Amino acid sequence: MTQSDSVDIRKPAAAPPGKDAGKDAGKEAGPIEPVSRTRAVVRRFRSNRSAVIGALLLLAIIVVTAAAPLIAPYGPAQVDISDRLSGPTAEHWLGTDTLGRDTLTRLMHGGRVSLAAAALAVVIATGIGLPLGLISGYFGGVVDWLLDRAADILMAFPAIILTIAIIAMVGPGLTTAMVSLGIVYAPRMYRVVRGSTLEVRREVYIEASTSIGTPHLTILRKRVLPNIMPAALVQLSFLLASALLAEVTVSLLGLGALPPTASWGSMLGQAFLEMRTNPSLAVYPGIAIAIATLCFNLIGDGLRDAFGRETRKAS
Amino acid sequence: MLRFLCVRLLAMVPLLVIVSFLIYSLIALVPGGPEVALAGSNPTPERIAAIREQLGLDEPFLVQYWNWFTDVLHGDLGTSFVDSQSVWSAIAHGFPVTLSLVGLTLLIAAVLGLALGLAAGLRPGSWVDRVSTVTASAFMALPYFWVGMMLVLVFAIQMRTLPAVGYVNFTDSPLDWLGHLILPAFSLATVPTAVVARQTRAAVTSVMQEDYIRTAVAKGLHPRRVAVKHVLKNAAVPVVTAFGVEANRLIGATVVIEQLFALPGVGKLAYFSVFSRDFPMVQGILLITAVLIMLVNLAVDLSYGYFNPKVKMS
Amino acid sequence: MTAEGKTLLEIEDLHVDFLTDRGWTNVVNGVSFDVGEGEIVGLVGESGSGKSVTSLSVLRLLPSGYARTPAGHVRYRGRDLVGMPPKELRDIRGNEISMIFQEPMTSLNPAFTIGDQIAEGYRRHKGGTRRAAFARAAEMLDLVGIPDAGSRVRDYPHEFSGGMRQRAMIAMALACEPKLLIADEPATALDVTVQAQIVALLARLRDETGCGILFITHDLGLVAELADRVVVMYAGEVVETAPALDLYDAPKHPYTAGLLNAMPQLGVRGRELPTIPGRPPEPWRMPEGCRFGPRCGHAGEECAAVPALRTVEPGRSSRCCRIEQLHLAGSP
Repeated sequence: MTQSDSVDIRKPAAAPPGKDAGKDAGKEAGPIEPVSRTRAVVRRFRSNRSAVIGALLLLAIIVVTAAAPLIAPYGPAQVDISDRLSGPTAEHWLGTDTLGRDTLTRLMHGGRVSLAAAALAVVIATGIGLPLGLISGYFGGVVDWLLDRAADILMAFPAIILTIAIIAMVGPGLTTAMVSLGIVYAPRMYRVVRGSTLEVRREVYIEASTSIGTPHLTILRKRVLPNIMPAALVQLSFLLASALLAEVTVSLLGLGALPPTASWGSMLGQAFLEMRTNPSLAVYPGIAIAIATLCFNLIGDGLRDAFGRETRKAS
Repeated sequence: MLRFLCVRLLAMVPLLVIVSFLIYSLIALVPGGPEVALAGSNPTPERIAAIREQLGLDEPFLVQYWNWFTDVLHGDLGTSFVDSQSVWSAIAHGFPVTLSLVGLTLLIAAVLGLALGLAAGLRPGSWVDRVSTVTASAFMALPYFWVGMMLVLVFAIQMRTLPAVGYVNFTDSPLDWLGHLILPAFSLATVPTAVVARQTRAAVTSVMQEDYIRTAVAKGLHPRRVAVKHVLKNAAVPVVTAFGVEANRLIGATVVIEQLFALPGVGKLAYFSVFSRDFPMVQGILLITAVLIMLVNLAVDLSYGYFNPKVKMS
Repeated sequence: MTAEGKTLLEIEDLHVDFLTDRGWTNVVNGVSFDVGEGEIVGLVGESGSGKSVTSLSVLRLLPSGYARTPAGHVRYRGRDLVGMPPKELRDIRGNEISMIFQEPMTSLNPAFTIGDQIAEGYRRHKGGTRRAAFARAAEMLDLVGIPDAGSRVRDYPHEFSGGMRQRAMIAMALACEPKLLIADEPATALDVTVQAQIVALLARLRDETGCGILFITHDLGLVAELADRVVVMYAGEVVETAPALDLYDAPKHPYTAGLLNAMPQLGVRGRELPTIPGRPPEPWRMPEGCRFGPRCGHAGEECAAVPALRTVEPGRSSRCCRIEQLHLAGSP
């Protein structure tokens, strides 16, 4: 069966009368034509103002933090006792901390650490959760049952408590923390991918592919994977937001990024220790975390809306 | 209903056995074994051997687990490595604090979130809707511990209206109890409020399209009564689901917030135990939280039967 | 027939617009008719004729923001419901005027018991205890023919069959002994046997309680059994009003004649049902002149002018400008 044949399977689109009728009918053709769908998704995402702002802002944050060693005005550990706790000045736009280190510089370097850590956790979660979810949803049976129970068990703990419990055993450190978090988050990616795969599997074109003897791996790669990507991408952006918050939590508690390494979490942790004496230290790292989280959420919401019906059931 | 409850409780047993095994197995992650961690800065072989003997670590792993598990079934979660007090009594001591905090947080989130979501969902596109949506997005993005720090700055340090740290039992003074919990609860409540508001808005907008809402209006009911009775109960299922997920997350968040506000709850205990590598305490806390979360999930499932009578309790 | 009876509901020159992709579009255009006390009036038309919209606008149940009433009056015992303060209107809704809706499956709230939903309206208007209201609910369920009503008040809608749910809707509508019952296609979603039962029930209730009924349907056959007088709507306008029997014998509008001709006859086999050619016009593409013109087999030059609804015989009116020249066949 060719791709165009399967167009007949979908319900006739009840296009409302009017000039948009053609466009709306195209929207319904979701899983059939990946190329035009991608274009439609991009177009819908771009017409969503807050999502675009989120994406651009995040891009800016990534560029600025990644280039921190090149563009930061000072070194992240550069101490200047003579100019400690300065308010915003021409030399230090966001002031300095107790040791006279430049807050803007440390924010840029800290963002590097925090964002990279969040990305690491999500990469691990996706690396485990996505393939297992595909297998579970596509093949079903005993494997599915076992994997689903395993997910149940991991989800029976609050992510942060399980993560710090693992840290308690292994010992502190940001990499340990994020690897643990990646494992703890894996079921969240797994659940979404599994649900989405189950849906896709039901669509007739997969059965059609099997009947002409296409190997499972090819079906998974060419037919299933492109169709579960919407749900996975949406979940990815929300997981990034959670992982960033988790990095901050773990480093704030002194179990992740350890001084003198700057991360948004360790900066906030330092600010917490000095809250009574230097309350202003807490302000900037918090704002940075909030803006980055907002970006992830806006992108996630934008993606969900842009993908439309394809992710509605899955996530 | 009662049968359903029993079946569900029984179904928890195998899950709990596996969860407990997993919790116990975590000890295998300790580099060199717990005896090395315990021996401190001067781990002589004799000292390590003594500790192994004392903790029964020379037995096969499954035997060790079985001993621990049967003890747990008898209500004995072991003793702390740090101060030799019983894990069970330490957790029981902190439990009311954490429960008060989580309960108050959920109450705030429910009231605020439902109000915001209902106001927005009844009039989609209105200015109320826009304000509510923006508030929810902002609440979603603000890190709760940072909100906590800012609240402490404003209310405790600048204005000195509320205490920044400590805890008073409800039975001692309900007003002081509330005073000590209100700031931490509000900082924890931001995300759940936003989530509940979003879910409520989505559910309410869809319920408002239903024919039975028109029937209710045709009966001559006041719009407020239609909203509170006919809309909310039907919109409740996704909201309650979100509530369950948030309760799970909140229990994790208490670790930081109890630290921040110096509340003597289970979260603070967890933090201290992790730092001092008090393995039995960490395991006990994990087990208790897992049971608690399973119970929350069960309560959520049970509530579906109330909100949607079509769900058969069997 | 209660032609000499007092007027209960008087709809006068009612206009309703809907907000569509093309902006505000007129869907009900100058509808006028009356319902007398104890009278059953059938409001007939195809889907999209504006009959349901007309019935919903009596109690102002159209979604505000998407529908508006730019002109017209809906008088209940002389009081205009259009523009009435919400509180006064709420005292009339479900109390003096009740409604039964088309979809018994979705018009009852799945989350509350049948008894609760009946009792709720009763307590709102008549007060009293919860217990008394539940007793009233059971009494009403019994009245509409639900067996074992006393225990079934505690059932949820999903435990009722379609026909029973519609009976429950009727019980709910009648709980406060309204003077006027508006039934919007109350039997359409049900199978034929149940349809007949519901219609028989409504006729009995009119005789027992003396309430007026505005019965909306696309099925002229049902109206023949039930109604005293019939109002036929087409494309947002009233095209004919007549006493039910007269209408069947001698329709005074080609559209009515077409509908009558398209009615299936019991016991007549093998006759291919004639249909009216074409489709009703869309609200934003109304024909010039007579709105039925493009589909009418009798259209002539004079039909290019907008026809007015005029009295053609005592108690009968028609919107056809050629009616004097036509001899239309009645129900076969």
